[in-house]
Amino acid sequence: MSLKDLPKDEYLLPGSAACPGCPATIGLRTVLKALGKKTILVVPACCTAVIESWYPNSSFNVPLLNIAFEASGAAASGIVSALKQKGRDDINVVVWAGDGGTYDIGIQAMSGAFERGTDFIYICYNNQIYSNTGIQRSGATPYGAWTTTTVGGKGEFPKDMGAIVRAHRIPYVATACISYPEDLYNKVRKAKEIRGPKYIEVLTPCPPGWRFPMDRTVEMGRLAVETGVWPLYEYENEEMTFNGISRAIFEGKYKRKPVEDWLKLQGRFSHLFKPKRDEERIKRFEKFVDDMWERFRKEFG
Amino acid sequence: MKKYDVVTTLSYPKTGAMGKTGTWRIFRPILNKDKCVKCLRCWIFCPEGAIIRKEDDSVEIDYDYCKGCGICARECKVKAITMEREE
Ligand SMILES: Cc1ncc(C[n+]2csc(CCOP(=O)(O)OP(=O)(O)O)c2C)c(N)n1
Ligand code: SF4
Ligand code: SF4
Ligand code: SF4
Repeated sequence: MSLKDLPKDEYLLPGSAACPGCPATIGLRTVLKALGKKTILVVPACCTAVIESWYPNSSFNVPLLNIAFEASGAAASGIVSALKQKGRDDINVVVWAGDGGTYDIGIQAMSGAFERGTDFIYICYNNQIYSNTGIQRSGATPYGAWTTTTVGGKGEFPKDMGAIVRAHRIPYVATACISYPEDLYNKVRKAKEIRGPKYIEVLTPCPPGWRFPMDRTVEMGRLAVETGVWPLYEYENEEMTFNGISRAIFEGKYKRKPVEDWLKLQGRFSHLFKPKRDEERIKRFEKFVDDMWERFRKEFG
Repeated sequence: MKKYDVVTTLSYPKTGAMGKTGTWRIFRPILNKDKCVKCLRCWIFCPEGAIIRKEDDSVEIDYDYCKGCGICARECKVKAITMEREE
C-alpha cells in the first residue's frame, strides 16, 4: 500500500475556515477518502464545527449533523436506527469529535452507544486540548503542558482512553496519527467493514495549541510516535497488535527517541526547559511513557 | 444541486466556503517540477487539499486556496518545494 493507492476523491473542500497547518483537516481528508461518499458525519461542538465554515455554505461534501457537545454517541445511535427503519444498510455513520468532546463531556453518550452495540465508527481527533474555545486543558492534555487553564503546566496525567474504550469489549479499537496516512486510511477501511461499534483515535498536533510553527504539524505527529509518547495499535476481537514503529518499540527492536525531542519543539512545554531545566518534571513525563509501555508488555506481551 | 425542504438551518457544499483563502498567505510554496519525484507526500499532507494531483501523479498548487502553511515544503523529501515571501 502506498500513497498512490489512496483515492483522489476529496470530501473536504478547499477554502475552509481551518487554521493554516491544521491537523484536523489533514486527518479529515484521509479519513473521508477511506469512508467515501456514502457517509454521514456527526460533529459536536469543536474546531471542526468551525472548519465547516459559514452558513449557508459547508466545506464538507458529505451530509453532516452538528450536535450538542455531549451528545454525539446518542445522535449516532439515532441516525443508525432511522437508517435501519428506512432499510438502508449501506451508509457509514461516523462521529468525528475532539478530545474534549470524547474524554470529557461526550464520554457518557459514547459509552452508551458502545453498550447499545450501535453500528458506527467513533473517531476522536485528539489535539490534546479544547482548541475551539482558545486552548483549555482537557482529560487528554499531557502532564506539564501549558494551556490557558494550566498556566504553570498541567499537574495531572491524561486518561488512558484506549483502555476505557477497550473495557467496552467492542469489536474494533485503534489509534492512529495524521503523520501516517496509509495506516490511518487502512484502519478506517477496516472499521468500515466491521459490524458494531468501532473506535479510532487520531493524534492531531495543533500548531496554535501546542505552540509550534505551522509547517511542523506532520513532524510533530511523527515525533510523538518515534518517542513512544503516542502508540499506534489495533485491538480487534480482544487481540492487540501494535503497528509500524510502535510495533518495533513494543518488541524492543526500536530504541525510542528521547521524549525531550518532542517536548522541546513545543512552546507549551518551554517552561520545562527555560529559564532553568525542570529535571523533576521532565523525568516524571519520561517515566509516564516508560510505564505505559511496561503496562502494554505486561498485558499484551 | 438538489435543495431540501426541511425546517432547520441547512448548509450546502461549496469550494471556498470562506472565500479565497489564498489571500491569507504570507509565504508562497514554489514547486520545481524538475525535482519532483511524484511521491504524493505534499498531496496527502496538505491540510487544505490545495495540492492538485494530476492523472500522471504530478502535482500542482492551487494558489486560490493554499494558505501558505509550508507543510508541503517541509515534507517533500527531495526539496522540490520552497517557500518564498509573497510580494
Ligand atoms: C455544553 C457545552 N459546553 C461548552 C461549550 C463550548 N465549547 C464549544 S467547542 C469547545 C471545545 C471543544 O474541544 P474539543 O472537543 O477538544 O475539540 P477541539 O476544539 O479541540 O477541536 C467548548 C468548550 C459548548 N458548545 N457546549
Ligand atoms: S486550533 Fe488547531 S485543530 Fe483547531 S482549526 Fe486551528 S489548527 Fe486546526
Ligand atoms: S512531496 Fe515533493 S517530490 Fe513528492 S510529489 Fe510533492 S513536490 Fe513532488
Ligand atoms: S503551503 Fe500548506 S496549504 Fe499551501 S499547498 Fe503547501 S501544504 Fe498546502
